[in-house]
Amino acid sequence: MRKEFAAAIEKIGREDDKVVFITGDLGYAALENVADALGPRFINAGVAEQNMVGVAAGMAYKGYKVFCYSIAPFVVYRCLEQFRNDVCLHQMPVFLVGNGGGYGYGIMGSTHHAIEDLACLSSLQNVNTYIPAFADEVSPMLHQIVAEGRPTYLRLGAGPNTPDGAEVHGSFKHIVHSKASVGTVVALGPVAANVLTALNDELLTGQFDVFTATNLPLNLPADLAHRWAGKPLLVVEEHVSVGGLAQQLSVKLLTDGATPSHFVSLSAQGYPNGLYGDQKYHQQLSGLDPANIARQLASFTN
Amino acid sequence: MTSTTEITDLQTLQGQLRLKILSLYNQAHAGHIGCSLSCVDLMIATLVLRKREQDTFLLSKGHAAASLYVCLNHLGEISDEVLATYYLNGTTLPAHPAPNKHKGIPFATGSLGHGLPIGSGIAQAGKLTGDDSRVFVLMSDGETNEGTTWEAAHFAIQHELDNLIVLVDKNGLQGFGQTADVLGDTASVQTWNAIGFETAVVDGHNVAEVLSTIDRLTATPNGKPKLIIAKTVKGKGVSYMENRLEWHYLPMTETQYEQAKDDVNERYLALTTVQE
Repeated sequence: MRKEFAAAIEKIGREDDKVVFITGDLGYAALENVADALGPRFINAGVAEQNMVGVAAGMAYKGYKVFCYSIAPFVVYRCLEQFRNDVCLHQMPVFLVGNGGGYGYGIMGSTHHAIEDLACLSSLQNVNTYIPAFADEVSPMLHQIVAEGRPTYLRLGAGPNTPDGAEVHGSFKHIVHSKASVGTVVALGPVAANVLTALNDELLTGQFDVFTATNLPLNLPADLAHRWAGKPLLVVEEHVSVGGLAQQLSVKLLTDGATPSHFVSLSAQGYPNGLYGDQKYHQQLSGLDPANIARQLASFTN
Repeated sequence: MTSTTEITDLQTLQGQLRLKILSLYNQAHAGHIGCSLSCVDLMIATLVLRKREQDTFLLSKGHAAASLYVCLNHLGEISDEVLATYYLNGTTLPAHPAPNKHKGIPFATGSLGHGLPIGSGIAQAGKLTGDDSRVFVLMSDGETNEGTTWEAAHFAIQHELDNLIVLVDKNGLQGFGQTADVLGDTASVQTWNAIGFETAVVDGHNVAEVLSTIDRLTATPNGKPKLIIAKTVKGKGVSYMENRLEWHYLPMTETQYEQAKDDVNERYLALTTVQE
């Protein structure tokens, strides 16, 4: 999604001279076009993420709309207090962009993973977090983020384009329609592609509705919640279970009185064997791989 | 050069605002008195006397909020009625400044190390826009322990933010000891000068000296951010509080409050009283 992101930011930056882009010294071979397009509105704040977010808040106070970019763990954890106090409490138009959410940086190791980022950020005041599952979602999300002008976190990963025929319902995008649905899958971010792969199994094809959750905190329309009630619901997310999609969704469903017949959460398990590998390796250890998703869905059909 | 009359007026203001600070803390039975008395003269110089409409003042050491509140009250930005709600349930004036409540309080502070990054951002925005705005950031000396202080300092130097004026309230005491004994002198003028700030050292209770130093440092743009090391006394103006760590925390008894008022009246307002 980084290519789509850079192209969209260049366009937005050219159109709106109040847009500022600050990077925490990252973006080699990816953001040069943004630097060229924005000129003095492109700032490399150095390896100093906390200051980057504080500076962004100060610039936002003076009327600018400010993106802060780094890889996801660096722009989330190090400067959480700056984002909370300086940005969110003041409802400043500062937009954190974290590349490689979840296990996206794979073999780079645990310091480079962001599997608790949404729990940290989506719980803050006045915030919105966007989690594109598909590459073509990045540009419209960025335009929406700038138009909304509120504290935001955008979690980027790597994904294909949205399947044809997708429909938006609040925070959810209906990406696979089933005429004889036996259950529902809700996925967060690019791991949705693993759900689509799992559904290639001929025993599962056509039997499940699949949604992605595009932003947290959730906006769950009541009619959608009740459509899911009484049937199995599987949540798939490359994020820990605490504070993630499954937990936030379950509260919404219970509050609405829309209880699924089964509720299963597949989530990031951290580093259960203390060993490291690429993104697929970590997905498999957490049961987020297509094979395990297929097994889970098959259990719903029995 | 400041005239005798002007100095007398300044001294009267220093005394009057101290009495208001003491009154607030007495009403609230709250601590942080020493911190407010340490920096109120720096706020008189910056927020009250040198800040223009287009400028921004940030109290980075948010625990001195009472001092900020009385200065804004003096400027008419916080009414007497609102000031009277200090520390009460339902107030917009809690112990540390709150967000989005008063025009003169652009940011909530209280966690140290936030003011200089924000101030640098405001200054950078001023440069980008091309306006003539300035930013005053008032920090404590203990606050210069924070890593963000140094991140922001280098940002300000790199971006030639000569519209940024940092004042360090250097009273030599921090949360649990003397600054010299905790992390050493992180508010050393030599250090700040060496990394690229234009620096000055002043008596932080001499408002006229602070004013003239601000005017001198900002007279000609030179691409260097400014840092004024203000030598101060924690609890300044109240004899039993001066240079005492416990007055970072303690509230006053009624007897102590009476003595504190007497001290301030004697030191700052005796001349006015005689004239009256």
